Amino acid sequence: MKLRAPFRTAVVALIWAWMLLFVFLPNLLVIVASFLVRDDVHFVRPEASLESYARLLDPVYAGVFLDSLGMAVTTTLVCLLIGYPFAYAVSRLPARVKPLLIFLVILPFWTNSLVRTYAMKLLLATNGLTNQALLGLGIVDAPLRMLYTEGAVIAGLVYVLLPFMILPLYAVFEQLREDLLEVSSDLGAERWRTFRYVVLPLTMPGVLAGCLLVLIPAVGMFYVADVLGGARHLLIGNVIKNQFLDARDWPFGAAASILLTLAMALLLYAYYLSARMVRRRSADDALA
Amino acid sequence: MRWLKHGYLGLVYLLLYLPIAVLVVFSFNASRNPYRWQGLSLEWYARLWDNDALIQAAANSLLLATTAATLSTLIGTLTAIALHRYRFRGKRLLNGMLFVVMMSPDIVLAISLLVLFILLGVKLGYLSLLLAHVTFCLPFVVVTVYARLSGFNAQIIEAARDLGASEWQMLRTVLVPIIFPAVMAGWLLGFTLSLDDVVVSIFVTGPTFEVLPLRIYSMVRLGVKPEVNALATVLLMLSLLALLASQYFLARK
Repeated sequence: MKLRAPFRTAVVALIWAWMLLFVFLPNLLVIVASFLVRDDVHFVRPEASLESYARLLDPVYAGVFLDSLGMAVTTTLVCLLIGYPFAYAVSRLPARVKPLLIFLVILPFWTNSLVRTYAMKLLLATNGLTNQALLGLGIVDAPLRMLYTEGAVIAGLVYVLLPFMILPLYAVFEQLREDLLEVSSDLGAERWRTFRYVVLPLTMPGVLAGCLLVLIPAVGMFYVADVLGGARHLLIGNVIKNQFLDARDWPFGAAASILLTLAMALLLYAYYLSARMVRRRSADDALA
Repeated sequence: MRWLKHGYLGLVYLLLYLPIAVLVVFSFNASRNPYRWQGLSLEWYARLWDNDALIQAAANSLLLATTAATLSTLIGTLTAIALHRYRFRGKRLLNGMLFVVMMSPDIVLAISLLVLFILLGVKLGYLSLLLAHVTFCLPFVVVTVYARLSGFNAQIIEAARDLGASEWQMLRTVLVPIIFPAVMAGWLLGFTLSLDDVVVSIFVTGPTFEVLPLRIYSMVRLGVKPEVNALATVLLMLSLLALLASQYFLARK
Protein backbone atom coordinates (compact mmCIF):
# COMPACT_ATOMS: atom_id res chain seq x y z
CA MET A 1 0.00 0.00 0.00
CA LYS A 2 2.90 2.31 0.70
CA LEU A 3 3.88 2.98 -2.89
CA ARG A 4 0.40 3.37 -4.23
CA ALA A 5 -0.31 6.93 -3.22
CA PRO A 6 3.00 8.55 -4.26
CA PHE A 7 3.02 6.66 -7.56
CA ARG A 8 -0.53 7.63 -8.31
CA THR A 9 0.06 11.23 -7.35
CA ALA A 10 3.19 11.48 -9.45
CA VAL A 11 1.54 10.00 -12.56
CA VAL A 12 -1.59 12.11 -12.28
CA ALA A 13 0.48 15.23 -11.65
CA LEU A 14 2.73 14.52 -14.63
CA ILE A 15 -0.07 14.06 -17.14
CA TRP A 16 -2.01 17.02 -15.81
CA ALA A 17 1.06 19.23 -15.96
CA TRP A 18 1.67 18.16 -19.56
CA MET A 19 -1.91 18.73 -20.66
CA LEU A 20 -2.17 22.10 -18.92
CA LEU A 21 1.14 23.37 -20.28
CA PHE A 22 0.91 22.03 -23.83
CA VAL A 23 -2.83 21.87 -24.50
CA PHE A 24 -4.80 24.12 -22.19
CA LEU A 25 -2.43 27.10 -21.93
CA PRO A 26 -1.56 27.27 -25.66
CA ASN A 27 -5.22 27.21 -26.65
CA LEU A 28 -5.95 29.93 -24.13
CA LEU A 29 -3.15 32.00 -25.67
CA VAL A 30 -4.64 31.55 -29.14
CA ILE A 31 -8.03 32.73 -27.91
CA VAL A 32 -6.43 35.78 -26.31
CA ALA A 33 -4.34 36.50 -29.43
CA SER A 34 -7.43 36.47 -31.62
CA PHE A 35 -8.81 39.47 -29.73
CA LEU A 36 -5.61 41.52 -29.96
CA VAL A 37 -4.06 43.67 -32.67
CA ARG A 38 -1.27 42.63 -34.98
CA ASP A 39 2.21 43.99 -34.33
CA ASP A 40 5.20 43.76 -36.64
CA VAL A 41 7.78 43.31 -33.92
CA HIS A 42 6.07 41.36 -31.14
CA PHE A 43 3.44 39.61 -33.29
CA VAL A 44 0.61 41.04 -31.15
CA ARG A 45 -0.12 44.32 -29.38
CA PRO A 46 -2.06 44.15 -26.11
CA GLU A 47 -5.01 46.12 -27.40
CA ALA A 48 -8.48 44.61 -27.46
CA SER A 49 -10.10 44.39 -30.88
CA LEU A 50 -12.65 42.40 -32.80
CA GLU A 51 -11.09 43.35 -36.12
CA SER A 52 -9.82 39.83 -36.85
CA TYR A 53 -13.27 38.37 -36.48
CA ALA A 54 -14.72 41.11 -38.66
CA ARG A 55 -12.17 40.25 -41.35
CA LEU A 56 -13.36 36.64 -41.36
CA LEU A 57 -16.58 37.95 -42.88
CA ASP A 58 -14.65 39.59 -45.72
CA PRO A 59 -16.02 37.98 -48.91
CA VAL A 60 -12.52 36.83 -49.95
CA TYR A 61 -11.99 34.79 -46.80
CA ALA A 62 -15.61 33.77 -46.35
CA GLY A 63 -15.41 32.43 -49.91
CA VAL A 64 -12.28 30.43 -49.15
CA PHE A 65 -13.92 29.00 -46.03
CA LEU A 66 -17.04 27.97 -47.91
CA ASP A 67 -14.97 26.47 -50.76
CA SER A 68 -12.85 24.57 -48.27
CA LEU A 69 -15.90 23.29 -46.45
CA GLY A 70 -17.45 22.30 -49.78
CA MET A 71 -14.33 20.34 -50.76
CA ALA A 72 -14.23 18.67 -47.34
CA VAL A 73 -17.90 17.67 -47.53
CA THR A 74 -17.50 16.34 -51.08
CA THR A 75 -14.43 14.38 -49.95
CA THR A 76 -16.42 12.89 -47.08
CA LEU A 77 -19.32 11.88 -49.33
CA VAL A 78 -17.03 10.31 -51.92
CA CYS A 79 -15.20 8.39 -49.17
CA LEU A 80 -18.56 7.20 -47.81
CA LEU A 81 -19.78 6.11 -51.24
CA ILE A 82 -16.59 4.15 -51.88
CA GLY A 83 -16.08 2.94 -48.32
CA TYR A 84 -19.54 1.75 -47.34
CA PRO A 85 -19.99 -1.03 -49.93
CA PHE A 86 -16.29 -1.82 -49.60
CA ALA A 87 -16.43 -2.33 -45.83
CA TYR A 88 -19.60 -4.39 -46.23
CA ALA A 89 -18.07 -6.63 -48.91
CA VAL A 90 -14.89 -7.22 -46.89
CA SER A 91 -16.83 -8.04 -43.72
CA ARG A 92 -18.77 -10.78 -45.53
CA LEU A 93 -15.65 -12.54 -46.83
CA PRO A 94 -14.24 -15.74 -45.28
CA ALA A 95 -12.41 -15.16 -41.99
CA ARG A 96 -9.09 -16.37 -43.35
CA VAL A 97 -8.72 -13.62 -45.98
CA LYS A 98 -10.08 -10.74 -43.88
CA PRO A 99 -6.95 -10.01 -41.83
CA LEU A 100 -4.86 -9.60 -44.98
CA LEU A 101 -7.45 -7.38 -46.68
CA ILE A 102 -7.76 -5.15 -43.63
CA PHE A 103 -3.98 -5.03 -43.30
CA LEU A 104 -3.91 -3.68 -46.86
CA VAL A 105 -6.29 -0.88 -45.81
CA ILE A 106 -4.29 -0.03 -42.68
CA LEU A 107 -1.00 0.05 -44.57
CA PRO A 108 -1.68 3.32 -46.44
CA PHE A 109 -2.87 4.78 -43.13
CA TRP A 110 0.62 4.18 -41.73
CA THR A 111 2.47 5.55 -44.72
CA ASN A 112 3.37 9.18 -45.06
CA SER A 113 0.37 11.11 -46.38
CA LEU A 114 2.61 13.69 -48.03
CA VAL A 115 4.27 10.89 -49.97
CA ARG A 116 0.86 9.62 -51.04
CA THR A 117 -0.21 13.10 -52.08
CA TYR A 118 2.91 13.28 -54.21
CA ALA A 119 2.05 9.88 -55.72
CA MET A 120 -1.32 11.33 -56.71
CA LYS A 121 0.45 14.22 -58.40
CA LEU A 122 2.46 11.77 -60.50
CA LEU A 123 -0.77 10.23 -61.78
CA LEU A 124 -2.65 13.46 -62.43
CA ALA A 125 0.11 15.51 -64.09
CA THR A 126 -0.53 16.74 -67.63
CA ASN A 127 2.02 14.31 -69.06
CA GLY A 128 1.41 11.81 -66.26
CA LEU A 129 0.29 8.24 -66.60
CA THR A 130 -3.47 8.86 -66.56
CA ASN A 131 -3.21 11.19 -69.51
CA GLN A 132 -0.78 8.87 -71.30
CA ALA A 133 -3.28 6.04 -70.86
CA LEU A 134 -6.23 8.14 -72.02
CA LEU A 135 -4.30 9.37 -75.08
CA GLY A 136 -3.04 5.89 -75.84
CA LEU A 137 -6.54 4.43 -75.72
CA GLY A 138 -7.79 7.22 -77.93
CA ILE A 139 -10.34 8.40 -75.37
CA VAL A 140 -9.07 11.97 -75.53
CA ASP A 141 -7.18 13.86 -78.23
CA ALA A 142 -5.33 16.28 -76.01
CA PRO A 143 -4.11 15.73 -72.44
CA LEU A 144 -6.69 16.69 -69.82
CA ARG A 145 -5.77 19.36 -67.33
CA MET A 146 -6.34 17.55 -64.06
CA LEU A 147 -3.65 18.92 -61.79
CA TYR A 148 -4.24 22.24 -60.00
CA THR A 149 -8.01 21.88 -60.08
CA GLU A 150 -10.51 21.52 -57.29
CA GLY A 151 -11.09 17.95 -58.45
CA ALA A 152 -7.40 17.17 -57.94
CA VAL A 153 -7.53 18.44 -54.35
CA ILE A 154 -10.63 16.34 -53.67
CA ALA A 155 -9.04 13.28 -55.29
CA GLY A 156 -5.94 13.74 -53.11
CA LEU A 157 -7.99 14.17 -49.94
CA VAL A 158 -10.08 11.08 -50.77
CA TYR A 159 -6.95 9.09 -51.46
CA VAL A 160 -5.29 10.10 -48.21
CA LEU A 161 -8.38 9.85 -45.98
CA LEU A 162 -10.23 6.81 -47.36
CA PRO A 163 -8.79 4.39 -44.75
CA PHE A 164 -10.22 6.60 -41.98
CA MET A 165 -13.68 5.98 -43.45
CA ILE A 166 -13.27 2.28 -44.14
CA LEU A 167 -11.94 1.20 -40.73
CA PRO A 168 -14.84 2.37 -38.51
CA LEU A 169 -17.34 1.12 -41.11
CA TYR A 170 -15.66 -2.26 -41.17
CA ALA A 171 -15.84 -2.38 -37.37
CA VAL A 172 -19.64 -1.91 -37.37
CA PHE A 173 -20.18 -4.36 -40.24
CA GLU A 174 -18.15 -6.94 -38.33
CA GLN A 175 -20.62 -6.65 -35.46
CA LEU A 176 -23.66 -6.79 -37.71
CA ARG A 177 -25.33 -10.11 -37.04
CA GLU A 178 -26.10 -12.11 -40.15
CA ASP A 179 -29.20 -13.64 -38.54
CA LEU A 180 -30.88 -10.23 -38.28
CA LEU A 181 -30.66 -9.90 -42.06
CA GLU A 182 -32.06 -13.40 -42.46
CA VAL A 183 -34.94 -12.66 -40.08
CA SER A 184 -35.72 -9.56 -42.08
CA SER A 185 -35.81 -11.42 -45.38
CA ASP A 186 -37.73 -14.34 -43.83
CA LEU A 187 -40.34 -11.85 -42.72
CA GLY A 188 -40.72 -10.88 -46.35
CA ALA A 189 -38.69 -7.66 -46.59
CA GLU A 190 -37.03 -7.09 -49.95
CA ARG A 191 -33.35 -6.27 -50.02
CA TRP A 192 -33.89 -2.52 -50.11
CA ARG A 193 -36.19 -2.55 -47.08
CA THR A 194 -33.79 -4.75 -45.16
CA PHE A 195 -31.02 -2.28 -45.95
CA ARG A 196 -33.09 0.77 -45.12
CA TYR A 197 -34.62 -0.47 -41.87
CA VAL A 198 -32.05 -2.92 -40.52
CA VAL A 199 -28.58 -2.48 -41.96
CA LEU A 200 -28.44 1.30 -42.23
CA PRO A 201 -29.60 2.08 -38.65
CA LEU A 202 -27.27 -0.53 -37.19
CA THR A 203 -24.25 0.76 -39.10
CA MET A 204 -25.04 4.44 -38.48
CA PRO A 205 -22.48 4.85 -35.65
CA GLY A 206 -19.74 3.72 -38.05
CA VAL A 207 -20.98 6.06 -40.76
CA LEU A 208 -20.92 9.01 -38.38
CA ALA A 209 -17.50 8.14 -36.96
CA GLY A 210 -16.03 7.67 -40.43
CA CYS A 211 -17.48 10.96 -41.67
CA LEU A 212 -15.97 12.84 -38.73
CA LEU A 213 -12.58 11.19 -39.14
CA VAL A 214 -12.52 12.29 -42.79
CA LEU A 215 -14.16 15.70 -42.49
CA ILE A 216 -12.02 17.04 -39.65
CA PRO A 217 -8.59 16.49 -41.22
CA ALA A 218 -9.94 17.43 -44.67
CA VAL A 219 -10.21 21.13 -43.80
CA GLY A 220 -6.70 21.37 -42.42
CA MET A 221 -4.43 19.38 -44.74
CA PHE A 222 -2.86 22.39 -46.40
CA TYR A 223 -0.14 20.40 -48.11
CA VAL A 224 -2.67 18.47 -50.20
CA ALA A 225 -4.06 21.75 -51.52
CA ASP A 226 -0.51 23.08 -52.01
CA VAL A 227 0.73 20.09 -53.98
CA LEU A 228 -2.40 19.29 -56.00
CA GLY A 229 -4.38 22.52 -56.05
CA GLY A 230 -1.69 25.07 -56.74
CA ALA A 231 -2.29 28.55 -55.38
CA ARG A 232 -5.96 28.88 -56.19
CA HIS A 233 -7.73 26.06 -54.43
CA LEU A 234 -7.13 26.75 -50.78
CA LEU A 235 -8.24 24.98 -47.64
CA ILE A 236 -8.87 26.68 -44.30
CA GLY A 237 -5.56 25.12 -43.28
CA ASN A 238 -3.77 27.11 -45.99
CA VAL A 239 -5.28 30.38 -44.75
CA ILE A 240 -4.21 29.71 -41.16
CA LYS A 241 -0.72 28.63 -42.23
CA ASN A 242 -0.24 31.69 -44.43
CA GLN A 243 -1.32 34.03 -41.66
CA PHE A 244 1.09 32.51 -39.16
CA LEU A 245 4.10 31.75 -41.33
CA ASP A 246 3.98 34.28 -44.20
CA ALA A 247 1.74 37.24 -43.42
CA ARG A 248 2.69 37.13 -39.72
CA ASP A 249 -0.81 38.18 -38.74
CA TRP A 250 -1.31 36.17 -35.58
CA PRO A 251 -4.66 37.65 -34.49
CA PHE A 252 -6.28 36.88 -37.82
CA GLY A 253 -4.75 33.40 -38.03
CA ALA A 254 -5.89 32.74 -34.46
CA ALA A 255 -9.44 33.91 -35.25
CA ALA A 256 -9.56 31.62 -38.31
CA SER A 257 -8.32 28.72 -36.18
CA ILE A 258 -10.98 29.40 -33.54
CA LEU A 259 -13.68 29.46 -36.20
CA LEU A 260 -12.40 26.10 -37.43
CA THR A 261 -12.33 24.69 -33.90
CA LEU A 262 -15.88 25.87 -33.23
CA ALA A 263 -17.14 24.30 -36.45
CA MET A 264 -15.45 21.02 -35.54
CA ALA A 265 -16.78 21.16 -31.97
CA LEU A 266 -20.28 21.60 -33.36
CA LEU A 267 -19.79 18.54 -35.56
CA LEU A 268 -18.45 16.47 -32.65
CA TYR A 269 -21.44 17.50 -30.56
CA ALA A 270 -23.80 16.51 -33.36
CA TYR A 271 -21.99 13.17 -33.54
CA TYR A 272 -22.32 12.70 -29.79
CA LEU A 273 -26.06 13.44 -29.91
CA SER A 274 -26.77 11.17 -32.86
CA ALA A 275 -24.63 8.34 -31.47
CA ARG A 276 -26.59 8.60 -28.24
CA MET A 277 -29.83 8.56 -30.17
CA VAL A 278 -28.79 5.44 -32.09
CA ARG A 279 -27.76 3.72 -28.86
CA ARG A 280 -30.99 4.62 -27.14
CA ARG A 281 -33.06 3.48 -30.09
CA SER A 282 -31.34 0.11 -30.24
CA ALA A 283 -31.78 -0.22 -26.46
CA ASP A 284 -35.51 0.47 -26.93
CA ASP A 285 -35.65 -2.11 -29.69
CA ALA A 286 -33.96 -4.65 -27.48
CA LEU A 287 -36.53 -4.04 -24.77
CA ALA A 288 -39.52 -4.10 -27.07
CA MET B 1 -23.22 -10.81 -57.79
CA ARG B 2 -20.09 -12.51 -56.57
CA TRP B 3 -17.84 -11.33 -59.36
CA LEU B 4 -19.32 -7.87 -59.06
CA LYS B 5 -18.37 -7.79 -55.39
CA HIS B 6 -14.87 -9.09 -56.00
CA GLY B 7 -14.45 -6.75 -58.94
CA TYR B 8 -15.42 -3.83 -56.75
CA LEU B 9 -12.99 -4.82 -54.00
CA GLY B 10 -10.27 -5.21 -56.59
CA LEU B 11 -11.01 -1.78 -58.01
CA VAL B 12 -10.75 -0.06 -54.61
CA TYR B 13 -7.47 -1.80 -53.85
CA LEU B 14 -6.24 -0.74 -57.27
CA LEU B 15 -7.13 2.86 -56.44
CA LEU B 16 -5.33 2.58 -53.10
CA TYR B 17 -2.18 1.01 -54.45
CA LEU B 18 -1.79 2.18 -58.06
CA PRO B 19 -0.36 5.60 -57.15
CA ILE B 20 2.08 4.04 -54.68
CA ALA B 21 3.07 1.38 -57.21
CA VAL B 22 3.73 3.96 -59.91
CA LEU B 23 5.81 6.01 -57.50
CA VAL B 24 7.92 3.02 -56.47
CA VAL B 25 8.40 1.73 -60.02
CA PHE B 26 9.47 5.13 -61.32
CA SER B 27 12.00 5.51 -58.51
CA PHE B 28 14.00 2.86 -60.43
CA ASN B 29 13.65 4.67 -63.74
CA ALA B 30 16.84 5.50 -65.61
CA SER B 31 15.36 8.61 -67.22
CA ARG B 32 15.33 12.08 -65.74
CA ASN B 33 11.82 12.43 -67.16
CA PRO B 34 9.61 11.24 -64.32
CA TYR B 35 6.86 10.01 -66.64
CA ARG B 36 8.69 8.01 -69.30
CA TRP B 37 10.17 4.62 -68.52
CA GLN B 38 13.69 4.11 -69.84
CA GLY B 39 15.02 1.06 -68.08
CA LEU B 40 16.18 0.12 -64.60
CA SER B 41 18.59 2.23 -62.63
CA LEU B 42 19.58 2.83 -59.04
CA GLU B 43 20.90 6.28 -59.88
CA TRP B 44 18.35 8.19 -57.77
CA TYR B 45 19.07 6.10 -54.70
CA ALA B 46 22.78 6.75 -55.15
CA ARG B 47 22.04 10.47 -55.39
CA LEU B 48 20.05 10.34 -52.16
CA TRP B 49 23.00 8.76 -50.45
CA ASP B 50 25.31 11.50 -51.72
CA ASN B 51 23.02 14.30 -50.61
CA ASP B 52 24.48 15.27 -47.25
CA ALA B 53 21.73 17.72 -46.30
CA LEU B 54 19.13 15.06 -46.97
CA ILE B 55 20.94 12.42 -44.92
CA GLN B 56 21.26 14.94 -42.10
CA ALA B 57 17.52 15.66 -42.27
CA ALA B 58 16.79 11.93 -42.22
CA ALA B 59 19.04 11.43 -39.19
CA ASN B 60 17.31 14.34 -37.44
CA SER B 61 13.91 12.83 -38.20
CA LEU B 62 14.91 9.43 -36.85
CA LEU B 63 16.29 11.00 -33.68
CA LEU B 64 13.12 13.05 -33.24
CA ALA B 65 10.76 10.14 -33.95
CA THR B 66 12.64 7.81 -31.59
CA THR B 67 12.76 10.24 -28.69
CA ALA B 68 9.21 11.52 -29.21
CA ALA B 69 7.83 7.96 -29.41
CA THR B 70 9.76 6.89 -26.30
CA LEU B 71 8.70 9.87 -24.21
CA SER B 72 5.07 9.72 -25.31
CA THR B 73 4.97 5.95 -24.70
CA LEU B 74 6.34 6.45 -21.20
CA ILE B 75 3.90 9.18 -20.25
CA GLY B 76 1.03 7.65 -22.24
CA THR B 77 1.39 4.22 -20.64
CA LEU B 78 1.47 5.67 -17.14
CA THR B 79 -1.59 7.76 -18.00
CA ALA B 80 -3.48 4.75 -19.32
CA ILE B 81 -2.68 2.82 -16.13
CA ALA B 82 -3.82 5.75 -13.99
CA LEU B 83 -7.03 6.15 -15.99
CA HIS B 84 -7.78 2.46 -15.77
CA ARG B 85 -6.77 1.80 -12.20
CA TYR B 86 -7.12 4.93 -10.12
CA ARG B 87 -9.89 7.24 -9.21
CA PHE B 88 -8.83 10.86 -9.12
CA ARG B 89 -10.34 14.27 -9.43
CA GLY B 90 -10.75 15.58 -12.97
CA LYS B 91 -10.50 12.14 -14.55
CA ARG B 92 -13.36 12.81 -16.94
CA LEU B 93 -11.89 16.17 -17.85
CA LEU B 94 -8.51 14.55 -18.57
CA ASN B 95 -10.21 11.95 -20.74
CA GLY B 96 -12.02 14.72 -22.57
CA MET B 97 -8.81 16.68 -23.13
CA LEU B 98 -7.04 13.65 -24.59
CA PHE B 99 -10.00 13.08 -26.88
CA VAL B 100 -9.95 16.72 -27.99
CA VAL B 101 -6.24 16.52 -28.81
CA MET B 102 -6.82 13.39 -30.86
CA MET B 103 -9.80 14.77 -32.76
CA SER B 104 -8.86 18.40 -33.30
CA PRO B 105 -7.19 19.30 -36.60
CA ASP B 106 -3.40 19.17 -36.36
CA ILE B 107 -3.14 22.75 -37.49
CA VAL B 108 -5.00 24.01 -34.42
CA LEU B 109 -2.55 22.24 -32.12
CA ALA B 110 0.33 23.49 -34.25
CA ILE B 111 -0.42 27.20 -34.03
CA SER B 112 -1.24 27.04 -30.33
CA LEU B 113 2.14 25.46 -29.61
CA LEU B 114 3.92 27.98 -31.83
CA VAL B 115 2.35 30.82 -29.84
CA LEU B 116 3.34 29.11 -26.57
CA PHE B 117 6.95 28.53 -27.61
CA ILE B 118 7.42 32.08 -28.85
CA LEU B 119 5.91 33.47 -25.66
CA LEU B 120 8.01 31.26 -23.36
CA GLY B 121 11.10 31.95 -25.43
CA VAL B 122 11.66 28.28 -26.30
CA LYS B 123 14.11 28.23 -29.16
CA LEU B 124 12.47 26.67 -32.21
CA GLY B 125 14.36 23.51 -33.07
CA TYR B 126 14.75 20.03 -31.66
CA LEU B 127 13.22 20.81 -28.26
CA SER B 128 10.11 22.53 -29.61
CA LEU B 129 9.60 19.74 -32.15
CA LEU B 130 10.00 17.09 -29.44
CA LEU B 131 7.48 18.71 -27.07
CA ALA B 132 4.98 19.17 -29.91
CA HIS B 133 5.35 15.63 -31.22
CA VAL B 134 5.01 14.08 -27.77
CA THR B 135 1.81 16.09 -27.29
CA PHE B 136 0.11 14.84 -30.46
CA CYS B 137 1.34 11.25 -30.01
CA LEU B 138 0.22 10.97 -26.37
CA PRO B 139 -3.52 10.32 -26.86
CA PHE B 140 -2.82 7.58 -29.41
CA VAL B 141 -0.55 5.74 -26.97
CA VAL B 142 -3.09 6.18 -24.16
CA VAL B 143 -5.89 4.76 -26.33
CA THR B 144 -3.80 1.78 -27.49
CA VAL B 145 -2.64 0.82 -23.99
CA TYR B 146 -6.01 1.54 -22.40
CA ALA B 147 -7.74 -0.77 -24.88
CA ARG B 148 -5.42 -3.58 -23.82
CA LEU B 149 -5.99 -2.85 -20.13
CA SER B 150 -9.77 -2.96 -20.55
CA GLY B 151 -9.49 -6.15 -22.54
CA PHE B 152 -8.15 -8.37 -19.78
CA ASN B 153 -9.56 -9.64 -16.55
CA ALA B 154 -8.99 -7.04 -13.82
CA GLN B 155 -9.31 -9.72 -11.19
CA ILE B 156 -5.76 -10.82 -12.00
CA ILE B 157 -4.58 -7.56 -10.50
CA GLU B 158 -6.74 -7.94 -7.43
CA ALA B 159 -5.50 -11.50 -7.03
CA ALA B 160 -1.90 -10.26 -7.10
CA ARG B 161 -2.71 -7.64 -4.47
CA ASP B 162 -4.59 -10.15 -2.32
CA LEU B 163 -1.64 -12.49 -2.46
CA GLY B 164 0.44 -9.77 -0.88
CA ALA B 165 2.13 -8.07 -3.81
CA SER B 166 2.77 -4.38 -3.29
CA GLU B 167 1.37 -1.99 -5.88
CA TRP B 168 4.84 -1.68 -7.35
CA GLN B 169 5.43 -5.45 -7.50
CA MET B 170 2.03 -5.92 -9.09
CA LEU B 171 2.80 -3.28 -11.74
CA ARG B 172 6.17 -4.78 -12.52
CA THR B 173 5.34 -8.47 -12.57
CA VAL B 174 1.68 -8.55 -13.63
CA LEU B 175 0.50 -5.40 -15.31
CA VAL B 176 3.52 -4.45 -17.42
CA PRO B 177 3.95 -7.93 -18.97
CA ILE B 178 0.26 -7.96 -19.85
CA ILE B 179 0.25 -4.56 -21.54
CA PHE B 180 3.71 -4.88 -23.08
CA PRO B 181 2.47 -5.69 -26.62
CA ALA B 182 0.20 -2.64 -26.57
CA VAL B 183 3.05 -0.50 -25.27
CA MET B 184 5.23 -1.60 -28.19
CA ALA B 185 2.40 -1.01 -30.64
CA GLY B 186 1.88 2.44 -29.11
CA TRP B 187 5.56 3.21 -29.50
CA LEU B 188 5.53 2.20 -33.16
CA LEU B 189 2.40 4.24 -33.80
CA GLY B 190 4.03 7.26 -32.16
CA PHE B 191 7.18 6.67 -34.20
CA THR B 192 5.30 6.66 -37.52
CA LEU B 193 3.05 9.58 -36.54
CA SER B 194 6.14 11.61 -35.72
CA LEU B 195 7.97 10.54 -38.86
CA ASP B 196 4.95 11.43 -41.04
CA ASP B 197 4.06 14.75 -39.56
CA VAL B 198 4.19 17.82 -41.77
CA VAL B 199 1.49 20.04 -40.34
CA VAL B 200 2.77 20.47 -36.79
CA SER B 201 6.46 20.39 -37.70
CA ILE B 202 6.27 23.20 -40.21
CA PHE B 203 5.14 25.58 -37.47
CA VAL B 204 7.49 24.64 -34.64
CA THR B 205 10.65 23.87 -36.61
CA GLY B 206 13.67 26.11 -36.59
CA PRO B 207 16.55 26.71 -38.98
CA THR B 208 18.95 24.63 -36.89
CA PHE B 209 17.07 21.35 -37.09
CA GLU B 210 15.67 20.30 -40.45
CA VAL B 211 13.42 17.24 -40.55
CA LEU B 212 12.79 14.94 -43.49
CA PRO B 213 9.03 15.49 -44.09
CA LEU B 214 9.59 19.25 -44.38
CA ARG B 215 12.49 18.74 -46.75
CA ILE B 216 10.29 16.46 -48.87
CA TYR B 217 7.56 19.07 -48.69
CA SER B 218 9.77 21.76 -50.16
CA MET B 219 11.02 19.34 -52.85
CA VAL B 220 7.49 18.26 -53.77
CA ARG B 221 6.23 21.82 -54.07
CA LEU B 222 8.93 22.54 -56.61
CA GLY B 223 7.83 19.70 -58.84
CA VAL B 224 8.12 16.07 -59.70
CA LYS B 225 11.65 14.68 -59.49
CA PRO B 226 12.91 11.10 -59.54
CA GLU B 227 14.96 11.70 -56.38
CA VAL B 228 11.72 12.38 -54.53
CA ASN B 229 10.38 9.04 -55.77
CA ALA B 230 13.41 7.25 -54.37
CA LEU B 231 13.16 9.06 -51.04
CA ALA B 232 9.43 8.36 -50.86
CA THR B 233 10.07 4.68 -51.54
CA VAL B 234 12.54 4.50 -48.67
CA LEU B 235 9.99 6.10 -46.34
CA LEU B 236 7.26 3.71 -47.53
CA MET B 237 9.46 0.74 -46.70
CA LEU B 238 10.13 2.17 -43.24
CA SER B 239 6.38 2.56 -42.59
CA LEU B 240 5.75 -0.97 -43.83
CA LEU B 241 8.35 -2.34 -41.41
CA ALA B 242 6.89 -0.37 -38.50
CA LEU B 243 3.37 -1.59 -39.27
CA LEU B 244 4.46 -5.22 -39.60
CA ALA B 245 6.27 -4.96 -36.26
CA SER B 246 3.24 -3.46 -34.56
CA GLN B 247 0.91 -6.12 -35.97
CA TYR B 248 3.32 -8.75 -34.69
CA PHE B 249 3.23 -7.26 -31.18
CA LEU B 250 -0.55 -6.79 -31.15
CA ALA B 251 -1.15 -10.35 -32.33
CA ARG B 252 0.71 -11.72 -29.31
CA LYS B 253 -1.69 -12.63 -26.58
